[in-house]
Amino acid sequence: MTFEDIRAAAINEWDSLEKSDQVRIYLGSATCGRAAGAKTISDELEEELQKRNISAVITQVGCIGSCYLEPLVDITKPGKPRISYGNMTPKKMVELVDDYIVNDNPRPDLALGSIGEGSVEGITDFFQTPMLKSQVRIILRNCGFIDPEKINHYIARGGYSGLVRTLTMTPDQVIEELKKSGLRGRGGAGFPTGQKWEFCQRAPGNEKYIICNADEGDPGAFMNRSLLEGDPHSVLEGMVIGSHAIGASQGYIYCRAEYPLAIERLKIATDQMRKYGFLGKNIMGTGHNFEIVIKEGAGAFVCGEETALMASIEGKRGMPRPRPPFPAIAGLWGKPTNINNVETWAAAAVIMQRGWEWYSQFGTEKSKGTKTFALVGKIERTGLIEVPLGMTLRSIIYDIGGGVLDGKEFKAAQTGGPSGGCLPQSNLDSPVDYESLAAAGSIMGSGGMIVMDENTCPVDIARYFISFTQGESCGKCVPCRLGTRQMQKILQRICNGNGEQGDIEKLQKIGETVKTGSLCGLGQTAPNPVLTTIRYFRDDYEAHIHDKKCPSLTCKDLIRFYILPDKCQACLICLRNCPAEAILGGKRMIHVIDQDKCTKCGTCFDVCPKKFDAVVRVTGEKLDVPDEPVPMLAGKA
Amino acid sequence: MVEALKEIFSAYEGEKGAVIPILQKVQAKLGFLSPEAIGDIASFLDTSSNEIFGVATFYSQFRFTRPGRHTVHVCLGTACHVKGGGTILETVEKEIGVEAGGTTGDYKFSLERVACFGSCALAPVVVIDKDVFGRVTTSKIKETLKNYD
Repeated sequence: MTFEDIRAAAINEWDSLEKSDQVRIYLGSATCGRAAGAKTISDELEEELQKRNISAVITQVGCIGSCYLEPLVDITKPGKPRISYGNMTPKKMVELVDDYIVNDNPRPDLALGSIGEGSVEGITDFFQTPMLKSQVRIILRNCGFIDPEKINHYIARGGYSGLVRTLTMTPDQVIEELKKSGLRGRGGAGFPTGQKWEFCQRAPGNEKYIICNADEGDPGAFMNRSLLEGDPHSVLEGMVIGSHAIGASQGYIYCRAEYPLAIERLKIATDQMRKYGFLGKNIMGTGHNFEIVIKEGAGAFVCGEETALMASIEGKRGMPRPRPPFPAIAGLWGKPTNINNVETWAAAAVIMQRGWEWYSQFGTEKSKGTKTFALVGKIERTGLIEVPLGMTLRSIIYDIGGGVLDGKEFKAAQTGGPSGGCLPQSNLDSPVDYESLAAAGSIMGSGGMIVMDENTCPVDIARYFISFTQGESCGKCVPCRLGTRQMQKILQRICNGNGEQGDIEKLQKIGETVKTGSLCGLGQTAPNPVLTTIRYFRDDYEAHIHDKKCPSLTCKDLIRFYILPDKCQACLICLRNCPAEAILGGKRMIHVIDQDKCTKCGTCFDVCPKKFDAVVRVTGEKLDVPDEPVPMLAGKA
Repeated sequence: MVEALKEIFSAYEGEKGAVIPILQKVQAKLGFLSPEAIGDIASFLDTSSNEIFGVATFYSQFRFTRPGRHTVHVCLGTACHVKGGGTILETVEKEIGVEAGGTTGDYKFSLERVACFGSCALAPVVVIDKDVFGRVTTSKIKETLKNYD
């Protein structure tokens, strides 16, 4: 079967789905959709359809990125555009089956937007809604649209045409195309991809390897998981293209074990590729041989570092080694090896599909193309987004993300995970690209972007990240092993209210030593979260150390919760919800918090009805409230 | 040799770099890596038990003691941390009576902390066995734990 035959059959399959005279229902079923309850929705839907004897095509799709609206369900009726519904519940699902599928009322009150040609009265175009409007979805173009377990869906939307084109070109031509596209490594460091491929291609030796780094270990990042779950073939196509350009006959995908669904979908996808002759011996009749092995990580953050990752594939402790020799010369099993991040491989595929001119129109002069970000933390619209490089932080957070949660004040955005830093308010109008982020003391990283508000304590965040890297340090380099430990101890005591004069300077000094004295990226960047928070939020550090106050009201040893007697309505809500049973009171008895028992979890603060607003959180002061429950004053409610 | 392991080993005959996949398969089969199992793996790979222990202890996935019937993973990724994952962990610790890394005396629950599940948009997240629970609160997690026996 030629590629043209395969493509014709795939388009046919896709069209018959798109133009089917049946109702089509698309269920978001990536990990986040499932966690939000997609399974119960799907069970409910099937039951309701069966009851009413309606036949419909149900497709499981990946994630469209609007995670805050999960679970998502899309419905297409023949001749109508696809309509998206969010925050689905079993009850809403039943309503939609009755109102829209049976009776033709699309329920604009529940709809998020419509997708595709045509319009429905009262429903806006989903891609014109604020979260999606300013995004440029290239890497994520298929996520949420195709069934990731069907290779034909991917092919019908242009998939594998990049591979076909690649196989008509010489390896040098492919590398040249990559170079012209301006693509830089999406794992975080931003090394030009074409140049990296060239190093490995030119390295002496017949046996070469390529690796896809899917060990997305940064806490707070899930771009790679979403892409692998939603469109695995885009990554795999990129790898086969790379194998031709570099001259590798063996590839590995190193995926963290915490992503079982991604691993399952990769296995399904590689089996499908073999059937079509896109993988294995004599790929598409060109004589090129290439195989992919999926390796499951075993839980070690340092294995995201390339030399540690290769040691882990070889079955050793995942410890980094000095470079040079670089992996391009002596990598896996001592052979020339090229390693790229998941998103880089997917970008290579789309560049070969659409050409470098098209790709390089996006982004800035030095940072071409788009980048996916996991936008999370204290933000209204959390999710997975893709934007052209160079967009300002403000546009990302306010236009796409809808601003800080509950209208609070923006404090900082953390990029680059444990290797990155915090970008404060003054950076809101700087473009997000490799150079600007580095200048601000952070890094692009693989794309985690965690938004912090006035109640996120920068000292606590620094302590959090250094505890993380301290626990993940492999222990090979002394400055990293011991330095991060000392930094953690100092930060811990600052957060506990035992900080000492000179602690800030000590942190800076140790931080610089760890940066310069460590072999690999983990140690070289581990102090970044501490150093950038000191740089931008020194006042917070000083308040902790000198005044024993946590201005963000986060550090548990420095805050207290009180119930204001003149506001408490003795409603018992906080009393019943307190996990520590630290609230005393009763019917018509003003509630009181037993400060010795209180674990500062904040549950009472969260559950106290807004109209009463009786629980307060203070730092550095003691309020004069009764020690024991007292009867409510007569005349009060 | 533990009989059940022979089948696992046979799939890796002559394959290089097979230590970690073998450890993963053995743990999936037995629930944890017993000293006997480690010894068997070592003799299959023609190396010492120390070598195998060295590799296994490097990775947080591997357990050397018998786990509970259910494993509760509390995510402490950045998004979960910012949204109160630490408090969730404390609540679970209190509720089942063991600290992170431990197993209850009746082998009902094991409790683990996890660096990140990648479901950050649903923070804070708890995973019990294979069920993912998003937007967890202290009262919700207490209720959820009651559903397991």
